[in-house]
Amino acid sequence: MAFKQVSSPHAHAAQNTAQVMKLVLLATIPGLVALTWQFGWGSFINVVLASVTAVCCEAAIVKMRGRSISFYLGDYSAVVTAVLLGLALPPLTPWWIVVVGTVSSIVVAKQLYGGLGYNPFNPAMVGYVVLLISFPIQMTTWVAPLALLPAGTAHPGLMESLQIVFAGYSPADGVTGATPLDVFKHSSGLLVDQVYDREPLFNQAMFAGAGWEWVNLGFLLGGIVLLTQRIFTWHGPVGMLGALALMSIIFWDSGSSSSPGSPLMHLFSGASMMGAFFILTDPVSSAVSNRGRLIFGILIGILVYVIRAWGNYPDAVAFAVLIANFAAPFIDNYTLPRTYGHTDRRRATEKEEG
Amino acid sequence: MSSEVISDGPSISEVTKNGLWTNNPALVQLLGLCPLLAVTGSVVNALGLGLATMAVLIGSNTIVSLIRNHVSDAVRLPAFVIIIAAFVTCAELLMKAYTYELYQILGIFIPLIVTNCAILGRAEAFASKHHVGYAALDGLMMGMGFLLVLVALGAIRELFGQGTLFASMNLLFGPVANSWMLQPFGENYSFLIAVLPPGAFLVTGLLIAGKNYIDAVLKRRADAQRDRPIKGAKRIRTTGHIS
Repeated sequence: MAFKQVSSPHAHAAQNTAQVMKLVLLATIPGLVALTWQFGWGSFINVVLASVTAVCCEAAIVKMRGRSISFYLGDYSAVVTAVLLGLALPPLTPWWIVVVGTVSSIVVAKQLYGGLGYNPFNPAMVGYVVLLISFPIQMTTWVAPLALLPAGTAHPGLMESLQIVFAGYSPADGVTGATPLDVFKHSSGLLVDQVYDREPLFNQAMFAGAGWEWVNLGFLLGGIVLLTQRIFTWHGPVGMLGALALMSIIFWDSGSSSSPGSPLMHLFSGASMMGAFFILTDPVSSAVSNRGRLIFGILIGILVYVIRAWGNYPDAVAFAVLIANFAAPFIDNYTLPRTYGHTDRRRATEKEEG
Repeated sequence: MSSEVISDGPSISEVTKNGLWTNNPALVQLLGLCPLLAVTGSVVNALGLGLATMAVLIGSNTIVSLIRNHVSDAVRLPAFVIIIAAFVTCAELLMKAYTYELYQILGIFIPLIVTNCAILGRAEAFASKHHVGYAALDGLMMGMGFLLVLVALGAIRELFGQGTLFASMNLLFGPVANSWMLQPFGENYSFLIAVLPPGAFLVTGLLIAGKNYIDAVLKRRADAQRDRPIKGAKRIRTTGHIS
């Protein structure tokens, strides 16, 4: 057996930022397709509008900072932020909501802190939370999924959707509706089985919530693709989904009227899958080491469940991610990996004792 | 500052510039941030609290300066705090008497003027070392600097948060001010985050950034106008070369 002598470095060529970002963009396609199929053209318009706004904002700020515009736009990070924000926003929301959110994401949360790599918070989630706090009515109006539309009607077509978004036309009756997490939050006093029987969002669904299960499966598919491409490690998503599942099993309360919902519902409705695979895997604002990412994910999973079950908001991925972003440097401080050649964990800058 | 200037006191323009710009309590010293962030949701709140703070600052600076040679160093801080508290109580009673509704809106933040570090800071750093005239002027200018920042913050947050400007000014100026309210964006405009605490932090940060930017531009201009020493020229009575 011959041992080939290979000189260092032994690592494979790393992908550059633009390649990673493009892969992430491709991986959002199943989610976007599911959203468009189940909720109409609204999410598609959101994504396009947010991307255009983000590129303009990024170019303007980079120019003001006297940097190379083509270099900073070429890494696609602004587009990824915009696409994630566009996917998170309610379909058919007015255009200015999307623009205000994108400007908050790119200008405030990203560029004011120094651009890609320097933002302590996930820019897309900052944009989302600014909108959720500022415009609660528009941000909690969702479109009804395909299965729940009144018989014989369909979601507004592309032209009609554009009129609703840009010209302020109001959508036809029955097009807007609540989300499964909304419904569950406001159905106290009913057993879980009763809620499932009465609410079309659940009795039209296969296992979690009509429409939403497909969207979450789409994001799960995209996330698994990214995982197999080693864009991120399994620690963050598994930590979050595991903690969320565990919490919902512990507090399932065998479907009583005070149960906050089944594990399947929590895993496959709201922003669970999108958050787990596309939001908390942001390499800039999450913890750094593998153990750190596991803890980071678990923290988010627990927070999401706590806010969903006992907080004021029906979904909580954005808030949970921002709170965990605060905690990331702290987690990093206590999860230093062992450096090769050392017997215990310590900082590279620590002085030798003695 | 050389010892000569201290004995004569700083010039009036210097004290004025210090309070309003170079050493602005809100934008440079970052003192009194609690009321700065908490009550600047509208112009009328900002103006009410700003005026009260300014009045307290002038009064406390004057009295502290008058007693500066009679209070021993060991007990000076308690003495200053008692003086400030007395003036705050006066301001509170006056607001209760003349602007009762505004007093109710500002609530706890009026008694909390006592804890505004800018006031104790000026008593300790300036009034206890200078003649009474300068101390009163310093109080006026520092108070004015604080007031201007409060009102600017209040105006920006009110405009972007609620879409109004000078709403409910009648609380401070009586019925004359009933028609002062402007609504440039129409009646339904609202952008809640500007009125909520995050908006206060964001707008304060932007104001500080704006001030630093203006300072940088002014400095660049001044540098451009100044005669530059020729490279390699020898300094008189110093060693070495100018690089």
